[in-house]
Amino acid sequence: MNRPGFFLALVRAAVLSIVAALVVVPLLATFLGGFKSVGELRASPFGLPPIWRVETYTEILGGSVFWGYIQNSLIISFSAVFLTLMLASMAAYIFAQIRFFGSKYIQAYLLLGLMFPFATAIVPLFLQIRDFGLLDNPLGVILPQTAFSMAFAIVLLRSFFQQLPKELFEAAYVDGCGYIGFFFRFTLPLSTPILATVGTFVFVQSWNNYLLPLVVINDSAGYTWPLGIMRYRGEFMVEWNRILAFVSLTILPALIFFTFTQKYIVAGLTRGSVKG
Amino acid sequence: MTTMTGSRPTLSPAARIARMHRQGKLTALLLFLPPALVLFTLFVIWPIFNAANLSFFKWSGYGAIDNFIGTQNYQRLANHSVFHQSLWNSVKLILASLFIQIPLALTLALLIYKKTSANTAFRLIFFAPYILAEIASGVIWSFIFDGDFGVSGQIAAALGIDPFYILADRQFAFLAIITVVVWKYFGYHMMIFIAALQAVPDDLIEAAEIDGAGRWQKVFYVKLPLIMHAIKLSAFFAIVGALQVFDIIIPLTNGGPSNSTHSIVSYLYTYGLAQLNVGYGAAVGVVLFVLCMVTAFSYRRLAMGKGGAL
Repeated sequence: MNRPGFFLALVRAAVLSIVAALVVVPLLATFLGGFKSVGELRASPFGLPPIWRVETYTEILGGSVFWGYIQNSLIISFSAVFLTLMLASMAAYIFAQIRFFGSKYIQAYLLLGLMFPFATAIVPLFLQIRDFGLLDNPLGVILPQTAFSMAFAIVLLRSFFQQLPKELFEAAYVDGCGYIGFFFRFTLPLSTPILATVGTFVFVQSWNNYLLPLVVINDSAGYTWPLGIMRYRGEFMVEWNRILAFVSLTILPALIFFTFTQKYIVAGLTRGSVKG
Repeated sequence: MTTMTGSRPTLSPAARIARMHRQGKLTALLLFLPPALVLFTLFVIWPIFNAANLSFFKWSGYGAIDNFIGTQNYQRLANHSVFHQSLWNSVKLILASLFIQIPLALTLALLIYKKTSANTAFRLIFFAPYILAEIASGVIWSFIFDGDFGVSGQIAAALGIDPFYILADRQFAFLAIITVVVWKYFGYHMMIFIAALQAVPDDLIEAAEIDGAGRWQKVFYVKLPLIMHAIKLSAFFAIVGALQVFDIIIPLTNGGPSNSTHSIVSYLYTYGLAQLNVGYGAAVGVVLFVLCMVTAFSYRRLAMGKGGAL
């Protein structure tokens, strides 16, 4: 290797290591912080704990509060994923499979949903949810989340359905399989990769969502975990070791899950942005 | 449909519907399309229209909506210094995204876009903050920035000076928020660039090498022009994203000190929703909506070109 090449490789390694450290150190400090006492944390926020105290972690895991938050979040996220996949794939199937008058207009109408964040309509959305009697009800979070995922999900699903071979439908149709039967027996089973992509993406958004549950859910028994973190922090204020332990426990399963599903998340992000 | 083949006679709408029914299309259409449309209309489109309407009223959310006040909500908004500050903060976030975050993401993408196992590991690490919830990131960084514990506490102790509370400092609090936003989202932009770089055909780069292009020439004359679309798109996402920052600000500063670190959405939440000033909150929402729309359309015009799909 020539000298400028060696120098550049060195710079490259340095840049990558520094950025990686900037990402990893705060996360590591959080995990380790949960094993320290407040005093130890104050003395050495980033170092290894002198004694590995597991009490803070076991105390949280032994209580019911933490599990309640996780359970609420799981119910909401899985329902939002299921509903989005169901409704969006049905609509996308119609757009991909059937030509009818108005199809273009309806699709353009749905595309409006890609244009603005739901924060813009949060005040009337809150009124709407209240008037439906869905405050403090998981459905009050699930339905709007599903509705706001709809545009993105339909766009991705439709373009995938359109790429399925047309001959397949013709053959099935001749054999007496109708449109609805074809959807359940062929389209859905053949579309698992895109369903996984959309599903993972909706799950991440729903799982991490803060504003909507904050507005809809008042009763702490129904809190999702981001609301739970904020409540927990409000309760323990300067006992950072407890707060860090709590944060660690809530993000650990997510980090593991997302490491394995990263493929699908990235596919959801980059599909469309590359092809245009 | 009717112009497709010459042999097919033009059908009346009724006959077309009858044919669709015979083929079983109509049943599928009527069963499959309405659920998505109804849900979308109820929870996405209707609230937006309702916001436009409510923004002309003074209303606490209960009882009849009859206190029409014209454009007073908008006038109040235009004269509120905290709202000005929140707009200015959004501009700062946009500038930081465009001139710090995207160049950083682009550099990293160029360094690690090739598929090797070391690169995959780095990619996983850099992408991790994006996957974390904003709330969790905010809480973690509020610890790092805490004057009694985190980085600034350490530095102050080492220098033997009084602890410094970044998040309580009017001058530096928003800088801290920008840091967290860049930390949280650079991996997202990097991923978009990596996908685009991997789609650049190898033979183009080889052809440039044969023509004697050096390392930097390959980057500036081959790779960057070929992923320009991704860069523009990513810049667009950065702008729209900067307009809607909320979750990160709440755990870090909650808009303080003295309301200096609000974003548009945290302003909306604090002054519209939390106090149930429905009309006022709706007006902020409408302004945000218009900003998003203007960004989307002007960006499409100016940057993406006519063929650009957004």
